[in-house]
Amino acid sequence: MRATVRVYWRLLVAGFRRQSAYLLAAFGGLVANTTFGLLKVAILFATVEAAGGELQGYDVALMSTYIWVSQGLLGSVNLHGGTEIAERIKTGDVAVDFLRPLDVQAASVVTEVGRSLFSLIPRGIPSVLIGALVVGMAAPASPLAYPLGALSVLLGITLSAATVYLLVAAPGFWLVETRGLQVLYMVVSGFLAGLFVPVWLFPGWLQTVAEATPFPAMLMYPVDILSGRADVTAALALLAGQAAWLAGVLLLGQALTRAGRRRLEVQGG
Amino acid sequence: MSDPIIRTHGLTRDFRVRDGLRRRTVRAVDDLSVEVAAGEAVGYIGANGAGKSTTIKMLTGILVPTSGSVLTCGLRPVADRRRLAREVGVVFGQRSQLWWDLPVRESFRILAAIHDLSTEAERRRTDELVDRLEMAEFLGTPVRQLSLGQRMRAEVAAALLHSPRLIILDEPTIGLDVLSKQRLREFLVAERASHGTTLLLTTHDMGDVERLCGRVLVVDRGRLAYDGDLRGLSRTVGAERVLVVDLAASTGDLTGIPGTRHLASEANGLRQRLAFDAEATTAARVLAAVSERAEVLDLTVEEPDIEDVVRRIYASRR
Repeated sequence: MRATVRVYWRLLVAGFRRQSAYLLAAFGGLVANTTFGLLKVAILFATVEAAGGELQGYDVALMSTYIWVSQGLLGSVNLHGGTEIAERIKTGDVAVDFLRPLDVQAASVVTEVGRSLFSLIPRGIPSVLIGALVVGMAAPASPLAYPLGALSVLLGITLSAATVYLLVAAPGFWLVETRGLQVLYMVVSGFLAGLFVPVWLFPGWLQTVAEATPFPAMLMYPVDILSGRADVTAALALLAGQAAWLAGVLLLGQALTRAGRRRLEVQGG
Repeated sequence: MSDPIIRTHGLTRDFRVRDGLRRRTVRAVDDLSVEVAAGEAVGYIGANGAGKSTTIKMLTGILVPTSGSVLTCGLRPVADRRRLAREVGVVFGQRSQLWWDLPVRESFRILAAIHDLSTEAERRRTDELVDRLEMAEFLGTPVRQLSLGQRMRAEVAAALLHSPRLIILDEPTIGLDVLSKQRLREFLVAERASHGTTLLLTTHDMGDVERLCGRVLVVDRGRLAYDGDLRGLSRTVGAERVLVVDLAASTGDLTGIPGTRHLASEANGLRQRLAFDAEATTAARVLAAVSERAEVLDLTVEEPDIEDVVRRIYASRR
């Protein structure tokens, strides 16, 4: 058990360090995040004001927190569907992964989480700071929101990595080319995760649709906890929801990997 | 004798390939039954597409066989994949197991953690490999910046870090220059001498087989076409060896030596090439016959080319 923890910890650190090799790209991402953040400020602030200063519990300050925290998480929560393991399945490099005494799904998810955690440093945190300084934002009432929020961010990041593995990468054992799935994931996940508009502003039926997917748990939940929109009790319920989604997605991914291995036809060489 | 380290029985793998709109089945490995004892060094040769890599992938649990059975290190490769991974080290010449954007040293650290080596074992083994493969100068370099020769050395070290009982090398010398090839071979010889590791190697390079392998398996369209030593292989297909002699003085063509065929004379007969059949005569006898007619300064014996041997085997089966 201790050995297992040590291995996956090492992979997590490796993912973290690998991402640090791409600092310039991260700053490019930060510029894009900030630009779109300001765009969202213009649109969503106008919406709140048009509604008389309050919309579904969002005032301007809370909306600002939603915007900058979600923009900050964008570099870490995978809402683009791209993942290294999909590419490795396509090229056959996954053969090397199967030659290791590791669980292929777990190794992939842990590595991606490591990369995502690093991205919080050059993209996530600065994005929130910029928003706080330039636009201003609401802070949560309870200081407990911060540790709970950190845990929720970690769960959201892990859930997104596990979901991309399940929905985009693992089908590659059958399809080989999964770019179509990736694009579909990108379109659907961002919207349902509440990246463009908070899920709580959706019409009722669409909220129901969103809540039937793991996407809100990736982004909306951690944002709700960190912004203080969810109080401590509500935060605990959101965390439980995230954990449940994560367990389900990981189990399905595991099953699909097992079935997929029998289908694997390593390409070339 | 202990149990064989590799044992296959009737091992077969089909692939479904698309041929225009239709699909057809291609048999990549066909009814392969073979045993390799611990400590052997085996060259697995054949043309491209003969089924070499597919066999290796079934031996290591990457591919599921269509039928037949396989035991590697006494384990079932697919069912016991993770246990087997601790016993086997594999290098695919075309694929990397290193972390592209991290320094070489970091890849070794991750692999040591993956294989659960103790700090002491990790240090000892890494030092040994760095020393023997002369990697000290590029340990801190990110993998993507290595030359091919350096990368292959790092790949081999990565595969051997956990001191596996069996090493499988799939075209390890592909694309390497003569010196890099030579270094790698010397390393493998030394590694086997000090750890008694079993070696299975696929290659297109006769030098690899000559220097490293006591036994050769030739595969043709998925079927085993030859199993024995290299000499016997040449004998089976009647491939000739070539004696090249450098003479002290210009000499007329050395024709009419029993069991030989004069191939060519260069530089006014200062260098001559004689093909001989290893069955009919020996290099020593041919040399003696040549020495009666001219003073020999230097000589080399050229072994038959691997592609040539394989081609002849294939031709004899069709």
